[in-house]
Amino acid sequence: MNMANKNDKSRRSFLQKLGIAGASTVAGSALLLQGCSDSNKASGNKVKVLTADNKLVEVDVAHLKPGDKIQDLSYLQKRGREGIPGKKFVMVVDLAKCKNARKCMKACQSAHQLKPEMHHLNVLEMEDPVKKTSYWMPKTCQHCDNPPCVSVCPVDATFKRQDGIVLIDNERCIGCRFCVAACPYSARTFNWTEPKNSDKMADVTYDMELNVPQKKGTVTKCAFSADQLRHGKLPYCVSACPNGVYYFGDQNEDLVTNGTTKKTVRLSHLLEENAAYTLMPELGTKPSVYYLPPRESEG
Amino acid sequence: MNETITKGHFSEEQIDKDLLKNVNWGGKFKLWMGFLTVSLIICLYYYYQQLQNGLGVTGLHDYVSWGIYISNFVFFVATSLIGMLVSSVLGMMKVSWVRPVARIAELVAVAFAMVAGLIIITDMGRPDRLLNVFIHGRVQSPIVWDIAVVVTYVVISALLLYIPMLPDIALCRDKLNNVPKWQQKMYKSLSLGWNSTAKQFRLMNRYTRILLVLIIPIALSIHTVTSWLFAMTLRSGWDSPIFGPYFVSGAFVAGCAAVIIAMFFFRNNYKLKEYITADHFDRMGKLLVLVALVYVYFNINEIIVPGYKANTADAKHVHEMLYGHDSVMFWLVQLGGLVVPFLLILFKPMRKPLPLTIISLVILAGAWFKRVLIVVPTQLAPYYPIQNVPEGWTGYSPTTPEVAITVASFILVLMIITVLAKLFPVVPIWEVKEDMNHKNN
Repeated sequence: MNMANKNDKSRRSFLQKLGIAGASTVAGSALLLQGCSDSNKASGNKVKVLTADNKLVEVDVAHLKPGDKIQDLSYLQKRGREGIPGKKFVMVVDLAKCKNARKCMKACQSAHQLKPEMHHLNVLEMEDPVKKTSYWMPKTCQHCDNPPCVSVCPVDATFKRQDGIVLIDNERCIGCRFCVAACPYSARTFNWTEPKNSDKMADVTYDMELNVPQKKGTVTKCAFSADQLRHGKLPYCVSACPNGVYYFGDQNEDLVTNGTTKKTVRLSHLLEENAAYTLMPELGTKPSVYYLPPRESEG
Repeated sequence: MNETITKGHFSEEQIDKDLLKNVNWGGKFKLWMGFLTVSLIICLYYYYQQLQNGLGVTGLHDYVSWGIYISNFVFFVATSLIGMLVSSVLGMMKVSWVRPVARIAELVAVAFAMVAGLIIITDMGRPDRLLNVFIHGRVQSPIVWDIAVVVTYVVISALLLYIPMLPDIALCRDKLNNVPKWQQKMYKSLSLGWNSTAKQFRLMNRYTRILLVLIIPIALSIHTVTSWLFAMTLRSGWDSPIFGPYFVSGAFVAGCAAVIIAMFFFRNNYKLKEYITADHFDRMGKLLVLVALVYVYFNINEIIVPGYKANTADAKHVHEMLYGHDSVMFWLVQLGGLVVPFLLILFKPMRKPLPLTIISLVILAGAWFKRVLIVVPTQLAPYYPIQNVPEGWTGYSPTTPEVAITVASFILVLMIITVLAKLFPVVPIWEVKEDMNHKNN
């Protein structure tokens, strides 16, 4: 990820030298241009640029629209499906620390443009049937390594990436809701009506890593904030938590970072020392979200 | 079982006259179709609303995301299965009493199977992206299997309706001179130059036989695959290995009831008492007893086995059905819609046309609600509690648009059956004649 950021920077300065202020910058080798509109008159100044599929083309400068963000749908779609090479993202939720502050839910709903009843992340009050106590349990998509939702999707709209994240392409989703039925964790939610702020979001290019803009008639769910991860940042919920509940990181590196304290610890030690578990392991879904048990004294 | 039970001896002319007289566009038909059309337009207005505002106009939500649309789809696929049982299984066993009612069974099969495909579209959040299923279809999704087999079943059922009807279409072509021109033209092209040669009969019988064999695995798979939409998930109440045969056996119950109702209607309105006799009802009643018995057996397995266990999620689901939240509907459906009717039709007087038809209506209604019981309660018992959502999300009640769109599917079925039964004779004329000759010789 560091590598990617570096590329971003160097390319940005390169483009600025060319006099194209803040043209799209991307990780990887592609340089991306936003749509060349015919309404602009040609200036006569041509530049050579590289397209997303590695073709060198000559474009008139006047046809280049500057933009801070990458706004090409097909590029975003391709990037979203590929994921980030070499990574295997995991989350650890320390139930002993959760005090139901719900800052995570708030951050999640605002990032993903969700209505109040829609949850990518839901903090549940769970009963312990043996001790007759209750505890708070934030429940996200478990990003299963054996995801039942992905198996049943008829159109490959929901899929598992190489970095372990399960995403939804709401440009392709047909809204059959088979994945909603198949998910044993009830992690998915549906845009039953016109999404929040749909008029304001109308011009925003769809990024499946954020799953925004939301679309009516399609399914949505937690994306592990894949858009944040691409910039080397922690997920929205993880950094919003005031109580140090969430750890997030890369299983391949065996390191996870606490979103509140920003302390990085060894994943394997954390899991082992705290008797971590996953939700309903008997179903064989192999979640990427681990839970550290709630404190016994609390009720 | 093997004798024919058409009453009396008629001349061939009489048979032609009796069975062709309903192929016309009378005032009664126009009135009925007008009524259906107006009702359909009202229902379609609600579908337009759904297209405009999204599935939010229904009572569905994140926890019950499949409701009466999917239940209705399962019901329609189920009912359509009867075509296979009557015309294929009984037909190949040379059970000749079914021959006069086989075409009615095929009509029911074709109509229900066709509309089942449309119901699925009404449940889609993005019907505009239907083509994605063909562009991006993935083989491991049971929905793709379901679409493949439902389409195949519609095609083969339609052929199975059409090919054995060739001699009758030719008869319409030759005898019906006072029908509109387009209709005469249609008979002419549909009859494929049929002129009753021995070779043509041989060919027709051969193709029919191939279709009769083909339709058995396809019919079994459409309903098995439909059950897999549920059984392939990890949800308690759905995650059951007997769902395939459980659905298939239930399908025959619903289908038998539907065919009996259709028989009663045609018998009375088309004045076919001599051709569809009280004996036919008696035997369809016996067939219904048989299939209901098998279904009761599957129900017992589906309820007692998980219910016996103490504290599994499946057990909780069953207990909820038996004496919890869904118990009233459950017992109404199981006792009122299956067990009591089944016990009643064990008695011969209850297998007379009118009582049997009334019982069939009850069974058919029960079968519809049974599908709701299969689809909905499981979703209301997720593994993790339903919290931080509107209060209504702990239950499910369909809205007016949802009910209207469901009613529309029934209207479409009635329209398809009505039109087909006005274009073609509902009782196979040539087969009745053949049986008659056979008996006379």
